[in-house]
Amino acid sequence: MLRGLLPALSLALVLIAIAWLNPRAISYFGFNLMLNLAIPIALATIAQMFVIAGNELDLSIGTFVGFVGCVTATWLRDAPLIGILVLLGSIGVYALLGALIHLRNLPSIVVTLGMSFVWQGLAILILPKPGGKAPDWLLATMSFKPPYIPFPILAALLIAVVVHFGLMRTSYGVILRGSGGNAAALRRAGWSLLRTKIVLFALTGLFGVLSGMALIGITTSADANIGNGYTLLSIAGVILGGGEFVGGRVSPVGAVIGALTLALAASPLLTFMHIPPDWQVAANGAILIIVLAARVLISRRER
Amino acid sequence: MTSVRTLLEKPWIWSFVGALAVWAATIAFTGGYGAGGMVTAALSLAVFTVIVGVGQMFVITLGPGNVDLSLPANIGLASAVAMKVMGGSDSMIAVGLLAALACGAAIGAINYLLIWALRIPPIIATLSASFIIQSVDISYGRGLQIKPPPGFADFTNWQVLGIPVLAMLTVVFTIGAALALQRMIYGRSVLAIGQNIRAAWLAGVNVGRIRFLTYTLCGALGGIDGALLAGYFRGANVDIGNEYLLASIAVVVIGGTSVAGGKANVPGVWGAGLFLVLLLTMLNTFGVSAGVRLVLTGLIIVGVITAAGGEKAVR
Repeated sequence: MLRGLLPALSLALVLIAIAWLNPRAISYFGFNLMLNLAIPIALATIAQMFVIAGNELDLSIGTFVGFVGCVTATWLRDAPLIGILVLLGSIGVYALLGALIHLRNLPSIVVTLGMSFVWQGLAILILPKPGGKAPDWLLATMSFKPPYIPFPILAALLIAVVVHFGLMRTSYGVILRGSGGNAAALRRAGWSLLRTKIVLFALTGLFGVLSGMALIGITTSADANIGNGYTLLSIAGVILGGGEFVGGRVSPVGAVIGALTLALAASPLLTFMHIPPDWQVAANGAILIIVLAARVLISRRER
Repeated sequence: MTSVRTLLEKPWIWSFVGALAVWAATIAFTGGYGAGGMVTAALSLAVFTVIVGVGQMFVITLGPGNVDLSLPANIGLASAVAMKVMGGSDSMIAVGLLAALACGAAIGAINYLLIWALRIPPIIATLSASFIIQSVDISYGRGLQIKPPPGFADFTNWQVLGIPVLAMLTVVFTIGAALALQRMIYGRSVLAIGQNIRAAWLAGVNVGRIRFLTYTLCGALGGIDGALLAGYFRGANVDIGNEYLLASIAVVVIGGTSVAGGKANVPGVWGAGLFLVLLLTMLNTFGVSAGVRLVLTGLIIVGVITAAGGEKAVR
């Protein structure tokens, strides 16, 4: 029981630290500012979660988010139809990768490693220099200011609820997770493992697209390298959220919370702690280690 | 005919075939010009990928989820440590190399300590560690005069009959690594753990000690690699190891080592290392733009792995 609460406890830990260092940050305005980049990180983490649910890993999600960003800031604004087709096509590429990985029994780490070069190359070809501009409707969406609850928190809730319902509460969601839990049993029960793999990869592509679009909606312009950090962030987010690399054990709610924790720990917390720039990266690593150590302590006590 | 068939069944052959094909394509393009020089250059650059690749191979062979993501940061820090200890003087070369080795080994040991004490997946442990190492490197390397001693720079660039001496030494090292893997208790234990960690433990393999040794070994190789890179490129810097994160994983897997663990392949690391360097040379020779080069590199990696095919599922 407590195990499921661990991601939330990690988030609480970081929030308490922030509240203690700077009480004024815990406000509507403060959260809007601090969680600015949490939406794209949460979406990328959800994307990564889908492949992890099928015992695979996507090392290309970061450069894919960058590629989507470049498409969003150029074609989606200037020629919406082409932009939409390209983005749908890229989801199709993800589905094909899933099929390829299943049919040829390939290690997803290597295939996605190769694809990370492809996405990065395409992003550079589309946008050789940083620039472009997000479509106006996207800018308007991302700067939406709902009453009382800050938009990033509302969006995180929405993402968590939708994915939780889809993956944890529908019967096909069980099949999808089962493909990571016990593939042989599913095959004997007559389910197509090819189809589950294709669906999982397509969902990763879909949420990767959403992540890239959300990111550009916030930053307003794009750069081919804009998403590079997201590969490792998304993996860390899934694990912080209580997911495991094998066995189809993932949690959408946990993944979103993990992403929020990372987004908060990445910069707002460090700024309040007056960490010099040289050591900010180290502090990131240290926070990751502390949160995980706390988790180990809690789960040991539980036993 | 049968010998050809057994050769084709070796998992490492495809990486060499790929390297040869890329090399042939390039000299066909240049009309035979620079064929030898290209091999020399490829050998000297592949050395650095092969050294860390062997370390990464031992780690990956430990089983699913085992991977060392701290190598780039490790290489960066060790290159700075080595150059600082050497201090530009030829008499300190051996001490500097030892310092880099010790620095790398310490990082490897810390990696395993995190994995063991916090029971976190190695991917996350080595990732968190790499953040910290990176910061140490940034603040340690600032304002340092980090040039290698002339003797060391000459040594890392030394060639005999067009073959880099460093490459010959690395071949000797990889033969040693292959022997350690297949003929020594340590190597057999690594393979056993990768195949089934519980069975290995029940069979009396000291799982904790072997994993500790493997992460330390990988770290130490990263350290040495950092020192050699700083010598070859005549200077250390924070970003010197960046490309070796993807490269070290790529050469291991393209070389025929199983990412599921328990099956390692040393010759393949050489083949894949040469393949990646020659691929870059080829695309540079063709004069394609940076974007096209990246796209082609990616597609060729995916193509090679698809052609080589995955292993049949054991379980």
